[in-house]
Amino acid sequence: MTNSSCIFSVIHSYYGYTRKFYGPEIASAYYILSLGGGFRFVGQSEWFRANSRGKFSWEFLNYKDSLVEEVDMSHTVINYTGLSNLERQQHLRTLKLQGCPEVDDWFLAGLHMFQDSLEELDISHCTQITAGGLAALRNLRGLKRLNVSYLPKISSPGLVIILLEEMLPHCQITAEGYDLSLRQAVEETS
Amino acid sequence: MCAWRRLHGSVQTLRGSVTRGSVASTSVTQRQPGWGGGLPSHQSLSTGGALRNDFFKDLEAQLAAMRQKAMDALPGSSWTPFEINPNLPPETADIVIVGGGVVGWSIAYWLKQKEKLSKGMRVLVVERDPTYSQASTVLSAGGIRQQFSLLENIHLSLASADFMRNINEHLSVVNEDPVDLQFNQSGYLFLASEEVAHIMEQNYNTQRMSGAKVSLLSQHQLKEKFPWINTEGVVLASYGLENEGWFDPWTLLNAFRRKAISLGVIQCFGEVTNFKYTTHVRMTADDEQMDVRRIKSVKVQMPNSMEYQPVECAIVVNAAGAFSGRLAETLGIGLGPKDSLAGIPVPVEPRKRYVYVVHCPDGPGLDTPFLIDYSGVYFRREGLGGNYICGISPEEAEEPDTSNLDVDHQFFEDKVWPKLANRVPAFEKLKVTSAWAGFYDYNTFDQNGIIGLHPLINNMYFATGFSGHGLQHSPAVGRAVAELILDGEFQTLDLKGFSFRRILAQEPMLERNIV
Repeated sequence: MTNSSCIFSVIHSYYGYTRKFYGPEIASAYYILSLGGGFRFVGQSEWFRANSRGKFSWEFLNYKDSLVEEVDMSHTVINYTGLSNLERQQHLRTLKLQGCPEVDDWFLAGLHMFQDSLEELDISHCTQITAGGLAALRNLRGLKRLNVSYLPKISSPGLVIILLEEMLPHCQITAEGYDLSLRQAVEETS
Repeated sequence: MCAWRRLHGSVQTLRGSVTRGSVASTSVTQRQPGWGGGLPSHQSLSTGGALRNDFFKDLEAQLAAMRQKAMDALPGSSWTPFEINPNLPPETADIVIVGGGVVGWSIAYWLKQKEKLSKGMRVLVVERDPTYSQASTVLSAGGIRQQFSLLENIHLSLASADFMRNINEHLSVVNEDPVDLQFNQSGYLFLASEEVAHIMEQNYNTQRMSGAKVSLLSQHQLKEKFPWINTEGVVLASYGLENEGWFDPWTLLNAFRRKAISLGVIQCFGEVTNFKYTTHVRMTADDEQMDVRRIKSVKVQMPNSMEYQPVECAIVVNAAGAFSGRLAETLGIGLGPKDSLAGIPVPVEPRKRYVYVVHCPDGPGLDTPFLIDYSGVYFRREGLGGNYICGISPEEAEEPDTSNLDVDHQFFEDKVWPKLANRVPAFEKLKVTSAWAGFYDYNTFDQNGIIGLHPLINNMYFATGFSGHGLQHSPAVGRAVAELILDGEFQTLDLKGFSFRRILAQEPMLERNIV
């Protein structure tokens, strides 16, 4: 195992100590902040984020019983192992994962833990996602907004988007960055 | 000698082409007038002068050729006066794995992965089918699930899913493409009728306690989630939320193979036909005679040839899949008197199963799980174009003939289609586009794997009899067998329940399935 993967596993290790003393919500909040993401509690409008240096204020410790409603982990290295730190967030409504390089199909399958509450999911620019992983989103029946733009590993994006719309009929799907023109097919037949 | 003549001949043609082609010759050496100009075919009639000229011109090339000849003549070079077949296995090996399917290559990979000393042991994998045209691995439907009733099976599946999630950590090779299993995270859906619903509930509890992410659905919830299912007769459904789905078996096999070869495993295409063994007579507690055998060497027969190579080895692993029973018979297991240990054969035999590819444009969409009905019929989505793979296990009395892999299309019409169309009404209008057949390494005793040593053979480890679950358990089984061989006992997963003991004591370890 290389040095970097040792550090990697430590970043995503289970925050058991924090969870025991402060409760699962604070443990999740601490994990989100230490990875460089941001979150918002239910009923509040201000976001807790780390600054560009990775420093964050410890004010969130005051809100011990608050529930996390929105999480923005865009452009962080969150992966499947780290997802276990967000396990008990039963009121999570929005999850933004734009441009996360470690979010893959297995991560999407792990999102079933939010199946009752999640309403908005943004997985655009996540380079490792394929159609097999998008099938795992079937469990998120309450999903209202889904962003699957700019996913390079989707082989036939037009077809996949149609199948996604059939699978999640109450969900509004945003899918930009794909060449959905019919020009290619016309050239082949002529 | 002929090398010299060949060199001389090539220089002749080279000179001929140079004088023919050049207008302003810029060659360093002087060409004598008349050479190549007087004779129309540019052939010299005198050899003496040409040789002298060539000798100085091509001094370096000829010195290199002389050097190579001298090195070949000295000991230590690989030159032999007679040709050796390069496809033969080595004369000695530490561990010979019979069977180059996914289980065999998984064991080879884990053996090399776990060895404490690099190049510490020589592992040889012998596979008799170079094209893998009849191998069970590649003909499999490729599904993986944790919905079993036995704890060992659940843990094997969980461990294998963990392995596949991090497959590039395990099986990536430097400078090669990363492994892409094309894993579809769609889950398995089991449907239970009134009679078997209690079994499903018990299994659900076992699975949950072991850490599998499964959910139970009532008839109403099932209809809500999957409106295309006809829920008549279905009382309970069990649905996998994570770590379940299907993938490409050929990719997994090649990933194991590529990584194992990069770690030093030797691959050989040939068939193991015979063993040389020594017999040691032991007396049991009841004063019965027991012949304990120790394999000394394995005879590997080359494909389509009379050539063979005996490979001396210390340990043999029987991962021959559907033909493991037959291999064990060459060692005398099962051929002894009926009431002795030697009379109990290894209960693994090939069973043919058909898989049909159908096209249905109005069929269920991206969220189609791997559906298994209580009537035994199953199907799953294949690709994005409205194609599905389906099949059913035949009744015991109607097992098809296993001498070939021909497909019985009438079987689809009679057995598969009615039940499929009953469960999914959209499948009443479909078209069979393709079909194939493959062998299960069917354990006739209790349809679960056999892992471990046989009491009558000192050094043959068995890893076979998985009866359709070999592919999904292969990463974890490979690790378990490697631990058994190198550490002497299981370290991560305790699979003692899969040993030969249960077969010899006639205590079957049956899966409590709903089908």
